Amino acid sequence: MLFLKIFLTFSKIGIFNFGGGYAMISLLQNEIVKKNHWLTNAEFTDIVAISQSTPGPIGINSATYTGYTVAINEGYPEWAAILSAVLASLSVLWLPFLVMLYISRFLIKHSDSKNVHNVFAGIRPVIVGLIAAAAIQLMTAENFSSPGESWFAFLTSIIIFCFAFVGVRLYKVNPILLLVICGLAGLAIY
Amino acid sequence: MVPLLESEIVDKGGYLSKEEFVDIMAVSQASPGVFAINMASHIGNKLHGVKGGVVCSIGAALPSIVIILLIAMFFQAFKGNVYVEKFFRGIRPAVVALIAAPCFSLAKSAKLTKQTLWIPVVSCVLIAFLGVSPIWIILVAAVSGFVYGRLKK
Repeated sequence: MLFLKIFLTFSKIGIFNFGGGYAMISLLQNEIVKKNHWLTNAEFTDIVAISQSTPGPIGINSATYTGYTVAINEGYPEWAAILSAVLASLSVLWLPFLVMLYISRFLIKHSDSKNVHNVFAGIRPVIVGLIAAAAIQLMTAENFSSPGESWFAFLTSIIIFCFAFVGVRLYKVNPILLLVICGLAGLAIY
Repeated sequence: MVPLLESEIVDKGGYLSKEEFVDIMAVSQASPGVFAINMASHIGNKLHGVKGGVVCSIGAALPSIVIILLIAMFFQAFKGNVYVEKFFRGIRPAVVALIAAPCFSLAKSAKLTKQTLWIPVVSCVLIAFLGVSPIWIILVAAVSGFVYGRLKK
């Protein structure tokens, strides 16, 4: 049952993924954390961090990671978890693959570019909303701690957030370098 | 990713001309799915049909699958390790910042105006606070864009 659910969920994520990696984060979070409770918000955030620091696309990375971790959490043996990781990753790929085959055969020469253009003119503004929603939904006590839990950890998190935001936005610091700095800061502070 | 693909496929391999490459890139961006994998499946398909497409897309996905699988195993083994946990406690707020930052540059490239600014705001509120699935938002946006474009001319 778990495997069927993994297949269906990641197929859905694959086919509705428009607008690049960041847009996908909202989709992934909705399916993996909110709907299926396969990972916690903190675990999901860790995957995004890992995806930022490894060369692969986040769609594949999070599928692989989720497939493996969920199977282990549900008590499946190691080999089944590896299988589950591969299944999840391939599930993301197959539907877009069929779309690409169709497009390459029929659309590329006499392409219906006006309609495609219109559809994307509609999608582009909501992608911004999708990404904003992903960021807002990850601003949780799991990721930032909370004043009730520890004022110190909460304020530290806010400072790290601002530091990283300014670093990326204004100074175009390399994201991997930034994550390593913040990780080392975490090691030193906590 | 794109410069790497271009140097391997067009310059070194000579599999495709520059024009074909640019065409494929446009189609890959407009299609659902992971951009890099779309490029791979399309290039493979162009060279050797469906079989080529399958081989190329699996080839493009395989390294990340293996790397992330190893990392996932590592994390499972070091679950609860104090140092790993501390490291990630520092990283998590930064990740949220990395996700929030491109909102602003994307808003610029989507050419949002005072009349269209409500679109991302409403989508964001629907998803983050009212629990609407982003899938519905994308579907509605795609259909509206299509209909609006038709009506406009």
